[in-house]
Amino acid sequence: MTQLIQRYEEEMALVRGGAAWTGLVLLLGALAALPWLLPGYYVYILNFVGINVIVAIGLNLLVGYTGQISLGHVGFVAIGAYAATHFIRATEASGVVAALGGPFWMAVFIGGAAAAVFGVLVGLPAIRLEGPYLTIVTLGFGLAVQQILINWPAVSGGRIGMFVPQPALGSFVLGSDRSLYYLVWTVVIGMSLVAFNLTRSHVGRAFIAIRDSDIAAEVTGVNLKYYKTLAFAVSAFYAGAAGALLAYVMQYLEPTMFNLYESIYYLAMVVVGGLGTIPGAMFGAVLLTLLQYGLSHAQEYLPVIYGGIVILVMALEPMGLYGRWLKIKLWMKTWPM
Amino acid sequence: MRENHGGAGPLLEVRNVSLQFGGIAALTDVNLTVHPGELMSVIGPNGAGKTSLFNCITGLYRPTAGDIFFGGRRINGLTADRIAALGIARTFQNIELFSHMTTLDNLLLGRHLHMRAGFFDAAFATRRWWRNEVAQRRRVEEIMDMLDLQSVRHRRVASLPYGMQKLVEVGRALATEPRLLLLDEPSAGMTEEEKADLVFTIRDVQEELGIAVVLGGDDLRMVMEISQRIVVLDRGRVIADDVPAVVQKDPKVIEAYLGEEAMDPARGA
Ligand SMILES: Nc1ncnc2c1ncn2[C@@H]1O[C@H](COP(=O)(O)OP(=O)(O)O)[C@@H](O)[C@H]1O
Ligand SMILES: [Mg+2]
Repeated sequence: MTQLIQRYEEEMALVRGGAAWTGLVLLLGALAALPWLLPGYYVYILNFVGINVIVAIGLNLLVGYTGQISLGHVGFVAIGAYAATHFIRATEASGVVAALGGPFWMAVFIGGAAAAVFGVLVGLPAIRLEGPYLTIVTLGFGLAVQQILINWPAVSGGRIGMFVPQPALGSFVLGSDRSLYYLVWTVVIGMSLVAFNLTRSHVGRAFIAIRDSDIAAEVTGVNLKYYKTLAFAVSAFYAGAAGALLAYVMQYLEPTMFNLYESIYYLAMVVVGGLGTIPGAMFGAVLLTLLQYGLSHAQEYLPVIYGGIVILVMALEPMGLYGRWLKIKLWMKTWPM
Repeated sequence: MRENHGGAGPLLEVRNVSLQFGGIAALTDVNLTVHPGELMSVIGPNGAGKTSLFNCITGLYRPTAGDIFFGGRRINGLTADRIAALGIARTFQNIELFSHMTTLDNLLLGRHLHMRAGFFDAAFATRRWWRNEVAQRRRVEEIMDMLDLQSVRHRRVASLPYGMQKLVEVGRALATEPRLLLLDEPSAGMTEEEKADLVFTIRDVQEELGIAVVLGGDDLRMVMEISQRIVVLDRGRVIADDVPAVVQKDPKVIEAYLGEEAMDPARGA
């Protein structure tokens, strides 16, 4: 019996075997060392990479796992960014919450929570609407958020935009790109871990079950209303937390930052990396974000290049880059035979 | 947890159920009773309403008239997942598996109802989650042993042969620990050998686990062989409800099936 339990715990473990542990330790070591090895501008870019990794992981939980496509994720990022910024400004003005050890970690949480509330609201129609109809709702949501921000200066600061105070813990200010890097990537690692936990649990199974066969999921006891809405809430939380980090890194917000293209880029990251896997979302986010900055002098061609990459990947490897990587790994394992 | 309403009464009672699709009457005034631990069948020519009846019982369709009681409790109007929680499980005529999941994960989804860990337990992998997850895996192990699925434990179900997929679906249904199991055309598309195995499996399930099993449609010879009772549907109406020997000789039943053969000799049935 204890043997069986051990076998289960092995099957359930996130990291299996010495090689995987070694790889993980090396990866974490590299992440910790990078800001000391790279020039400042690259650290700044890596902060955006981390932020997009968070959005992509959350979006993949919705699109890749549950099969609900969102074309409005930028709306959740915007809500997270503005909610966090208003929270930071309010606490700075009052000086109350700082005593609790806040507010930057609280700001990230509040950005996520505010977006999650809207995630529930957008997700509610998901019970009635399927496929393209639901996608149109998300598209409308993303566009509406931007329009509301443009037309509501009290929230967005209007034409002038809004400046974001630097994250601080008491008197300790995280002002440099390097300290922001550690903030961003700590959140990336924490939220990745949660995503891995969710996907190996009954929650992740319910998500995939809904995507593969919603009627079978239902008659097997999965509450569709709850899990479809939950997927939206969780996905929006990731986007909102990323939005809060984006506010810190940009130090300045204006509504034009949150346009439809961003939503499409997020979706492209998930598709290119591989739908329905967490590492896939990470791959896609890293690759496309680096590409975006690599091509910063050719911004106007970005949509075309992104589109081309998506089509190419879809045609050659529908499982995304991560799917291709898994195949290569399998091929290397069996190669000598 | 699950209550046991009066041991002696019927397990499932379908009372005067009708189901209308626009002008089409899929079911008309259907009455039917299933007793605890019984192995019975609902048969009838194609389009008779067997699948529609199963869909009503499991909450996928809502009857336009009539009531359905399970363990003395009215269940029409409840959502499908609530009905599953009360103890009704099913398989589908056209396999509805979670095709990207492994056999193990498909069966584990059958344990979803029994998870006593919530979202945050899962997100932070609390001890309560580990304990629960291990308990579900242990339970699934027994079902995999019973149905001989261990060899395909980690295979994606989409890559399994058809007969094996049907078995995984039975396993997933059993994993919910139902008191009533509805099998919609379980042997359709199976080889003769697989059919013979299936008969054993169904008997095993019914005898060992003591749950009621209702077969929908399916291979007539097999149905006659294993059913304790047979209900015959024709164009949405119950035309017979008796032991196999009597149903077999019922002129109305013969006529219903002959009518179908006359219309479509290729189909047999
Ligand atoms: N979703 C639906 N929409 C319209 N008609 C349906 C639907 N489901 C079943 N029917 C009709 O109900 C009748 C019974 O079908 P069904 O229950 O599938 O029969 P069986 O399972 O006995 O072959 C058929 O005439 C079928 O066309
Ligand atoms: Mg049918």
